[in-house]
Amino acid sequence: MDKHTVIEEAIALIPNGADIMIGGFGSPGTPFTLIEELLRQGQTDLTLIKNDANETGIGISRLIENGQVKKLITTHIGLNKKVVDLMNDGSLEVSFFPQGILAEKIRTAGAGSFGFLTDIGLHSEITDKKDIIDWQGKQVKIEPALYANFALFHAGRADTFGNLTYRATAMNFCPLMAMAAETVIVETPNLVTPGSIAPETVHTPSAFVSKVVKIDASGPEYDLMEGRYEP
Amino acid sequence: MSLERILKRAAHEITDGQTINLGIGVPTMLVNYLPADRDVMIHSENGVLGAGRKASVATADPALIDAGGSYITTRPGGAFFDSAVSFAMIRRAKLDMSVMGAFEVDQEGNLANWKIPGKFSPGIGGAMELAQKTKNILILCTHQDKHGNSKILKKCTLPLTAEKCVSRIITDMAVMDVTKDGLVLKEIAEGLTIEQVVQATDADLILGEEVRSF
Repeated sequence: MDKHTVIEEAIALIPNGADIMIGGFGSPGTPFTLIEELLRQGQTDLTLIKNDANETGIGISRLIENGQVKKLITTHIGLNKKVVDLMNDGSLEVSFFPQGILAEKIRTAGAGSFGFLTDIGLHSEITDKKDIIDWQGKQVKIEPALYANFALFHAGRADTFGNLTYRATAMNFCPLMAMAAETVIVETPNLVTPGSIAPETVHTPSAFVSKVVKIDASGPEYDLMEGRYEP
Repeated sequence: MSLERILKRAAHEITDGQTINLGIGVPTMLVNYLPADRDVMIHSENGVLGAGRKASVATADPALIDAGGSYITTRPGGAFFDSAVSFAMIRRAKLDMSVMGAFEVDQEGNLANWKIPGKFSPGIGGAMELAQKTKNILILCTHQDKHGNSKILKKCTLPLTAEKCVSRIITDMAVMDVTKDGLVLKEIAEGLTIEQVVQATDADLILGEEVRSF
């Protein structure tokens, strides 16, 4: 039952070439400490799945800048000029989805299904005509579920069994990714004993979690970023 | 200045009881132009209903941002949720209005605001789902680009975010409504003539019964 693991062991489970979902919409939810260890261990040819690319010099941007990432599946990277440049010069393959479609692809995998039907962007350049079908009198497109080998994310609180809660907007993709990946590695600054989290307040139940790593979240990545608040 | 004029005018579009989404950039600034007692629920794509004004360094929480990455406050009665729920809310049309920017809008209500091929392609974000599924799309943009070209066109040239989705456009020069007959000029900015606005616009403008100043 106890999933408390040291960070080196947890990240060493990840082989070269793995598909990894990374939680976070911007900084909240991003597992900065797990990413730091992935940077140190140096796994390569990774495919990352994350809402965005963080910002230059932090989070997954460091893995991309370090050449460990082959492909990024994402929704918007406008806040990271460096990654936009790497995409434009061809050194990083990037695949874009509408934000809610990426979320739904992950949610669908997490529910054990294989795809869903949608009309988002049906007549736009994001749709390949071969994916369009007639369904109950409507034109819709088939959107496949998105599974991954690993998910890494941050939880505000976790017990040693792997029951999780998220804080404010740090929830974002994390609970969806927890359900869609085979091996789920969570970092938390608040690791508590089972029973400390009231069952009705658990956001992600322990069954979806493989490893829980206790971290020290006093570093600057976990603090306020300048210029993002009213002076 | 022009931005101020757009935002002041746009604040009148937000009424008590609405659930709205404010797009990244200029639309997000609208929150500062609303009267403090305006009773609205502001949705942010990253999983907030009930977003408030930007936080100060004293009130900012590192785990609480809006979709543009700014630290925000929340109003009483707010909620946090995951990204699938956030976009279910959008695709199920639970928002009364989305306020968005534009590179181009045309007289049929087509909107282009996500990509300029070869120049700007940072991704789609929430734009397509918001534009395609929200009942009312309010566009805020300057009337012309830096080179003096009209952003209000007969037909969009850039890849579309969504087709025939826009209901109203507020620029620094005019307020225009997309109707089944075409684009209707409702209001013009103080100090301008109808002639000047028509001159500055590529789209065909239908003059409303009464064109007021704002």
